[in-house]
Amino acid sequence: MNQQEILEALPYSHPFLFVDELTAVHENGATGSYTFNPELEIYKGHFKDKPVTPGVILIETMAQIGLVCLGIYLAGDAEEQETGQVMLTSAAIDFLKPVFPGEKVTVVSKKVYFRFKKLHCTVSMTNAAGETVCNGTLSGMVTSKLNG
Amino acid sequence: MLNLMLKEDLINRLKTIVSPYAQNKEALDSIHEETDFINDLKINSANLVDVILDVEEAFDIVIDNDAMEKMLTVKASMEVIEAKLSEK
Repeated sequence: MNQQEILEALPYSHPFLFVDELTAVHENGATGSYTFNPELEIYKGHFKDKPVTPGVILIETMAQIGLVCLGIYLAGDAEEQETGQVMLTSAAIDFLKPVFPGEKVTVVSKKVYFRFKKLHCTVSMTNAAGETVCNGTLSGMVTSKLNG
Repeated sequence: MLNLMLKEDLINRLKTIVSPYAQNKEALDSIHEETDFINDLKINSANLVDVILDVEEAFDIVIDNDAMEKMLTVKASMEVIEAKLSEK
């Protein structure tokens, strides 16, 4: 599967799609970027009068680019009949810097292992200045359906 | 056939391996041959993969998909480990 086909296979849409671009995807990892849309509804409440991207959304962004795009690629590689889907099963992430509305972030994931349908990765997110925003590990099960 | 001592030893080694992933600590404390990883220990499918990978490392064996699918109880896991060790 190429980058465009993977993006089309993603099961998300506005306001929950956090991938603009997938710049690299291969056997051992994926790289992509997203610019946080300042119009997102979440900024109205997180925080009141002081919008900052919630940590859970940073995790989601890392998962969509680093884990899900990679999982769909690896599932396609395994010559599965149906398009692969990925269920997030665990996350251990450290947050280092805030991400404000309109900021562009880049996510890089590296595969630790993909065995028995479980994909385990290290992921890191950097901002436009190249500073690490958050990093850690994510895991998911690569399946053929969304609800397990 | 494994003798009783070896069996006890194997169950104890499995207990150490599953312990970080077992949600049900009472079932873990009373682990025995018939203990089911998913139903008794409440290990989820993602952590079950980690159990298999940890078994591979602890016993220096390679577990294939067919063997992995069988490894749902202590007893079935002991049989797989025993079979893989005897192939070495």
